[in-house]
Amino acid sequence: MPIIVDRDKCTGCETCVSVCPFDAIKIKDDGKAFINEYCQMCMACLSACPEGAIIEIKEEGAPVSYQTSDYKGVWVFAEQREGSIAAVSLELLGAGRKLADELKAELSAVLFGASEKDANELIKWGADKVYHSDSPVFEKFNDEPYSRLLVTLIKEHKPAIVLAGATPIGRSFIPRVAASLRTGLTADCTSLGIDTDTGNLLQVRPAFGGNIMATILCPNHRPQIATVRPRVMKKSEYRSEKKGEIIPVKGENLICRTKVTDTVKETFESRVNLQEADIIIAGGRGLGDAKGFNLLFELAEILEGSVAASRAAVDEGWIRYSHQVGQTGKTVCPKIYIACGISGAVQHLVGMQSSDIIIAINKNPEAPIFNVATYGIVGDLFEVVPLLIKKLKEIKS
Amino acid sequence: MNIVVCIKQVPDSAEVRINPETNTLIRDGVPTIINPYDMHAIEAGLQIKEMTKGRVTVITMGPPQAELALREAMSMGADDAVLLSDRAFAGADTWATAFTISRAIAKIGADIIICGKQAIDGDTAQVGPEMAEFLDIPHIAYIRKIEDVKPDSIKVQRMMDEGYDIVESSLPVLLTVVKELNQPRLPSLKGKMAAKKAEIKKFTAKELEIDEKDTGLKGSPTQVKNIFAPEARSERKILAGNIEEQINQLAEELKQLKCL
Repeated sequence: MPIIVDRDKCTGCETCVSVCPFDAIKIKDDGKAFINEYCQMCMACLSACPEGAIIEIKEEGAPVSYQTSDYKGVWVFAEQREGSIAAVSLELLGAGRKLADELKAELSAVLFGASEKDANELIKWGADKVYHSDSPVFEKFNDEPYSRLLVTLIKEHKPAIVLAGATPIGRSFIPRVAASLRTGLTADCTSLGIDTDTGNLLQVRPAFGGNIMATILCPNHRPQIATVRPRVMKKSEYRSEKKGEIIPVKGENLICRTKVTDTVKETFESRVNLQEADIIIAGGRGLGDAKGFNLLFELAEILEGSVAASRAAVDEGWIRYSHQVGQTGKTVCPKIYIACGISGAVQHLVGMQSSDIIIAINKNPEAPIFNVATYGIVGDLFEVVPLLIKKLKEIKS
Repeated sequence: MNIVVCIKQVPDSAEVRINPETNTLIRDGVPTIINPYDMHAIEAGLQIKEMTKGRVTVITMGPPQAELALREAMSMGADDAVLLSDRAFAGADTWATAFTISRAIAKIGADIIICGKQAIDGDTAQVGPEMAEFLDIPHIAYIRKIEDVKPDSIKVQRMMDEGYDIVESSLPVLLTVVKELNQPRLPSLKGKMAAKKAEIKKFTAKELEIDEKDTGLKGSPTQVKNIFAPEARSERKILAGNIEEQINQLAEELKQLKCL
């Protein structure tokens, strides 16, 4: 128990469909057998399948039919968006390189979409090998083809560790990969290491909105998979002379039941990618109205930063939800976070307290934001921010 | 249209702290709430129900007291409620949780499954997509708008880093939703009365025909090695003088930090 269909082996021959006494097996659109809820575990299909594709997950322990030591090497899933490699992928190569060196193992990157030139760049950023598919199916992000091909590659090459960015893409499709491989997945890690006794991956992540940290292990299953928060890991040095191997991978006949019909970039928000921003200027209720944000956008332009907001400002309708930082918004960790007119409710603090430097500007000296601030200025933001803008402009010119 | 909404009862995380002496969570006296994102999932389910004359089932896995969360969802308008409760489920990580709930959903049947994007206690955002894999159906994560629901397909806006995608999917499908999607309704008095008396279906591991090795702690590939309090913030720097002087010092610091 339970009974599952090995999708790689199933040929869609329908033998199982005809032997099932409960009408519990259907051939789905993708041509693979699917056992539905009518299954009574009679096991008739197990012996009938000519491919041995229907298997019972054994009761003895976790259904692990392998030695964890058979799994070697570190993989990084290199994310591309519209053909360009996401910054987090290079950070992962930096982190992956360290882990691989510690394990005396190879570092490989997996790239779906983008060009061979991009694949070559990944080598210079630290990868020894790159598994690259240039299939047009990966041009837009759809979860199913991404997860299916990654599962196939992992089954074939057996890496010990797989890292992906904790981005909307990584956090959406990597869970499917872990579910399919019956292995563990740790979300949004902020630190990674190797347990020197066992060689297991130590995965550190915040939980309860950053109020606690947890170290997670995946000791008996492989690969150990983690998504890693952007902007936490350091890139390796770029070595233009570094050589490596690019292994072309086919991306054909992958099931895909979703379709991206349009991609819309939000114009005013071209710099709203808060999770990858170095500098964030955030506003709260103290801004008074939507126009207040214009001041922050002006400051953001000088500092080349992004504009964020507290829940209060978003709830007031002054700015879009995509700018919201906090428990029910985004979690960010820029180098510098400038909080203007934000009191610092816990639900906001948990989204930004891991920023390197926090600058708080608030009228109320008792505001909790000052408890987490590196620099604090007690004053009216409408006085402070224009002065700051003026001063920064002076320095710049 | 059968709509299943997955919800989780969570401690109000604003109030959770760690005991620095024992390194354990202090949960005593922390109120429980329906995971805030799941409120938006419930609202989305109810709106689709109204559009399609469907039926909404809320489902949760948890201890017997998680029944309260289900009744709250019913008071908002959900028709049926399912509680997955069994000692064998305890300690489940995302793999084991997704496996368990997906078994129950397979049993009750669903055209559209809706989850909040993540729960505020674990923050993993993994159970939804993992369930889709177990159910062998497509999923779309981070939905901020449902544009159209047809008997066999759906069209939504998916939030991405730099904007959004318009994505279509065949049904059945699993969706995870963000807060921007809607404003959850308040329970009606009539709904509250009905929810009090409503029957809640309960499933144990045995009834779901799930082996103990595939659920709960035993079925979980990941283990928590230890938990600890985050490091306290490092240095504080004091800015002196009047506001203008303070700003000058700050601007100099920003210059030193190569922000300009």
